Amino acid sequence: MSDTVQSIMKRCEALYEDLHFGAVKEWKAAAPGRKAIGYMPVYIPCEIIHAAGMLPVGILGGGDQLEVIQGDAYYQSYICRIPRSTLEMGLTGRLDCLDGMLFPSICDVIRNLSGMWQVMFKDKYVKYFDVPQNYLDGVGGEFYIHEMQTLREDLGRLAGKPVSDDALRASIAVYNENRRAVREMYAYRAAKPWQAPTSEVYLLMRAGMVLPPEEHTRLVRQYIAATDAAPRPKRDNARVVINGSFCEQPPLSLIKSIEMAGCYVVDDDFMLVLRWLLDDVPETGNPLEELSKAFLHHSASTSSKYDVRKEDKGMFLVNSVKSRGAEGVIFAMPSFCDPALLERPMLQAVLNEHGIPHTAFKYAENTGQMAPIREQAGTFADSIKLWSAV
Amino acid sequence: MSTPAKMTPPPSRKPAAPVQKEDAMWLQKEMINANYHGLATAHERGRKICATFVPGNLNELVMCFDMERSLPETNALQNGMRKKSGKFIMDAERDGHSEDVCTYVKSDLGMMLNGEVGPTGESLPKPDLLLLSYTGCFTFMKWFELIRQKYGCETTMLHVPYQGDARVSKNMRDYVVKQLKETVIPALERVSGVKFDIDRLREYMKQSTKAEEDLVHVLQSAKHRPSPIDGYFGAVYYIGPIFTAFRGTPEATQFYSVLRGEIDQRVREGKGPITPEGELTEEKYRLVVEGPPNWTSFRDFWKMFYEEGAVVVASTYAKVGGTYDFGFRHDPDHPLESLAEYCLGCYTNLNFPQRIDMICRYIEEYQADGLLINSIKSCNSFSAGQLLILREVEKRTGKPAAFIESDLVDPRYFSAANIKNRLESYFQMIKQKRTAVLAETAKAVH
Repeated sequence: MSDTVQSIMKRCEALYEDLHFGAVKEWKAAAPGRKAIGYMPVYIPCEIIHAAGMLPVGILGGGDQLEVIQGDAYYQSYICRIPRSTLEMGLTGRLDCLDGMLFPSICDVIRNLSGMWQVMFKDKYVKYFDVPQNYLDGVGGEFYIHEMQTLREDLGRLAGKPVSDDALRASIAVYNENRRAVREMYAYRAAKPWQAPTSEVYLLMRAGMVLPPEEHTRLVRQYIAATDAAPRPKRDNARVVINGSFCEQPPLSLIKSIEMAGCYVVDDDFMLVLRWLLDDVPETGNPLEELSKAFLHHSASTSSKYDVRKEDKGMFLVNSVKSRGAEGVIFAMPSFCDPALLERPMLQAVLNEHGIPHTAFKYAENTGQMAPIREQAGTFADSIKLWSAV
Repeated sequence: MSTPAKMTPPPSRKPAAPVQKEDAMWLQKEMINANYHGLATAHERGRKICATFVPGNLNELVMCFDMERSLPETNALQNGMRKKSGKFIMDAERDGHSEDVCTYVKSDLGMMLNGEVGPTGESLPKPDLLLLSYTGCFTFMKWFELIRQKYGCETTMLHVPYQGDARVSKNMRDYVVKQLKETVIPALERVSGVKFDIDRLREYMKQSTKAEEDLVHVLQSAKHRPSPIDGYFGAVYYIGPIFTAFRGTPEATQFYSVLRGEIDQRVREGKGPITPEGELTEEKYRLVVEGPPNWTSFRDFWKMFYEEGAVVVASTYAKVGGTYDFGFRHDPDHPLESLAEYCLGCYTNLNFPQRIDMICRYIEEYQADGLLINSIKSCNSFSAGQLLILREVEKRTGKPAAFIESDLVDPRYFSAANIKNRLESYFQMIKQKRTAVLAETAKAVH
């Protein structure tokens, strides 16, 4: 690892570990009147927040470093961990730097958390952000444009000035550039996974949750250039796709364990918000209409999104396996995650039809025991390498 | 959502006493069983089957296409009451479904794995259309995607937006209406071969409105002291027809008319609710309950209440298929808009502040002694955040609240001894609180 890569990683790791969101506070303090808006997985059109002059901040739970005390008092044992640690951060003042929170349509737990936030943090702007499950422009598209327009007006009020079309177009351009950089990163990792370990790429993407998109874009490109300049040893690892980690995040040690067990992760669904829109969004025309079309017709597939046709189920994952040259899929899903765990049998059936090996385990964001995961991932990697099938 | 057609009593050496029910309860049991028979013989009779979910169901609309209606939650709970769901759930888990997810889904999938024999013992044919009305529960979407993967039948989605801002906006209503016009109705026409007739829909809705009026009258009769009904366990029988395949039918209208007559009679006679062991003669505690019941031990669960003289005067569960008591009625003059309003207004589509307001209102209007939350492992839509509801309701009403945990149809998650202990402690708490209030009042008078 070169010095430049090391220094980029050091910065990303510091951002990742800082549950007091120092970077957000610094950004706000740099100019008077700046505001930051938090959002939860899986997707928010961050362009609208950015166009309002605000900083979008991805909130992905407290990870394995946060002791959850108050948050546990609000949830039964059978609810996943991300809402507990998010509440913990809210109740301990860690999220005071946020002027609002957005809760996108992903599952019933996050949906209900939006109402809890309304009750518990009455001085903050709180919105449940619904996205369409009907993908016709005149039906789901119309609905979605209205929802985005409401958000735009709300944020305009919060900012003290309306969000103009020009500002939205400029923000679309900024995020197009960011998505391009992220796509380059993912393509680079798939081509040379030994040069871009996922434990590093993950931290790089996490930085995109708290940095302004312009700065994140630069950082991603710096990393690609720096890591490419310093060759690292190539191992005979199994190439895998990780699926199911789109909301509550696995601890970093889990990702490292999978890699140490002999796997190159060549695709994943961490922080899908950075890659939700698959192509550039047109930077001219009606910006909300363009964002809507991109969502309806050119966006990622995950279990919180309805597949209109049976034939489409699992094909996004199959295509990811094929296009990234993966040899298998690791389903790594948070315990009690309804969308991921209900989806898993359908995806497994589709992978079986395509002869793609897979294995599955559950985690929580504070999972500490890595030996069983290392063992399972290692066995999976061995079975791929030795027998090319499981 | 439906009613127990057959109850299995707890093990006992004594011969079981016959279960007591109101006439309307027997009538609804016949209706539910007749619907299962209708489903079993649908294809022989040239009828198509539409499977759909209870909350936000479009029963009147589906009837316009001469389709039989199958409700998977009803199948799961009926199988739960008949003690069949435990095996179904384990079979589904052996088939690869996670132990963490909804047991309604696994009970349904387990039933499919076991040869599609329905709760009444008749085979249930494959549905011709899955009408995925996505109201108030994310799991519904996955459930029908799972069934679609097994059956391969046509699926049509009605996405009902959530009331995140505690209101139904024009945008939300228009979105639902557009989906009805542009995707749902065309799918129903295509599968059934029947052309949509909006006047037929209006006629069904006229029937619905009458039944809805009577249902509200029945549910609100619990404001009397003593309450003539149990608004949770008993209400399960009352909401059965209107929440399922019967809303809009003359049978349902007749059912609610008969039921209303029976309940009015009980009010006139100053009688308490009918329990499986007869009339409750002394009402000691009046409760509001949040959350669905447990179905696998439904009668044992109910017994823990009536043995202590506890009556549930209002429950949120009795509103999952419509919040009629807050004024909603299907409107024959605006049929599609009214269907949209109905879907958008079901209990689990309300946001947290709305749910808290509703419970506080019930406690006040029904003069309840407190709130009991039955937290269901399977149902994140209901359960996630219920501990905040408990705190807020206690804070706002000053009435004690209690929390128990069970599951819908997974017998592994019903711990009778724990629940009974909790309930007994709760009833003691209410008693002590009452004594304290009386003492305070007496002190103030002197």
